[in-house]
Amino acid sequence: MLPEAAHHPHNPALAHQFDSLEQQTEAATLGMWVFLVTEVLFFGGLFATYAIYRAWYPTAFAAASHELDVTLGTINTVVLITSSLTMALAVHAAQLAQRKLVLLFLAGTMILGAVFLGIKGVEYYHKFVEHHVPGPGFQFEREYFRHAQLFFSLYFLMTGLHALHMVIGIGIMLVMFWWAWRGTITAEYYSPIEISGLYWHFVDIVWIFLFPLLYLIGRHGP
Amino acid sequence: MLCTYLTVQIAVFDLGRLNTVAALVIAVFKATLVVLFFMHVKYSSRLTWAAVLGSIFWLGILLVLTMGDYLTRGWRTYG
Repeated sequence: MLPEAAHHPHNPALAHQFDSLEQQTEAATLGMWVFLVTEVLFFGGLFATYAIYRAWYPTAFAAASHELDVTLGTINTVVLITSSLTMALAVHAAQLAQRKLVLLFLAGTMILGAVFLGIKGVEYYHKFVEHHVPGPGFQFEREYFRHAQLFFSLYFLMTGLHALHMVIGIGIMLVMFWWAWRGTITAEYYSPIEISGLYWHFVDIVWIFLFPLLYLIGRHGP
Repeated sequence: MLCTYLTVQIAVFDLGRLNTVAALVIAVFKATLVVLFFMHVKYSSRLTWAAVLGSIFWLGILLVLTMGDYLTRGWRTYG
């Protein structure tokens, strides 16, 4: 055994390749941020696609956007931003090693995430009932028929991908809940909660842009 | 944090002209708040700042160059 290891019994949360917990936390945070950069560009491609088609067919996009339920969209925005708040509070509680609060806020985040997905499901259901799902059954004003399908294709692709991220996020939160429950998370080792929070906030930010772009265009005109 | 709630309310009622610009400005403002405070970037290392600014920079290239092409194709009719 190396003399250093014998003399300095280190924190069990510290992995061998790091000198200190601070270095470990910084590496984990940077890793998550680099992943989020790739995610920004992943969604960025879809936003660029949206921007091009919207520039080409502004009236059709406005007409199609008009069919979305702004009330449900707004409720979902509030729900998701609140879940980001509870997530931030969970990270804060983890830093202070308040285990019960961590569990409470993580549970709150997961519940709000589930509520968001539930409301999203209701919206999808309405779209199916109204024949606004692109494909053979699609129905829309004749004038905008083809271009409205483009809008709804993008709507389902972007919100669907976002919902998939939410599902993954809730899965991550379940693991964090379990870790916090069994005491893996301590005041020195809270970076799992921290970087899971980064992911959750990113998903929130994607929605912050999706909501106005999909729901609020063309609200001022016919 | 309360500010974020307010901006949601504004986004709902702000349905006049130029509402795309207004909506995007509000969205960027909200996103900035989330990044700085919820994601703790305000208190993070310079390396994190580099990652954040890098993502904005590359996203800017993606959007600006793409739209710079499509929006200047004068022979194409829009609408």
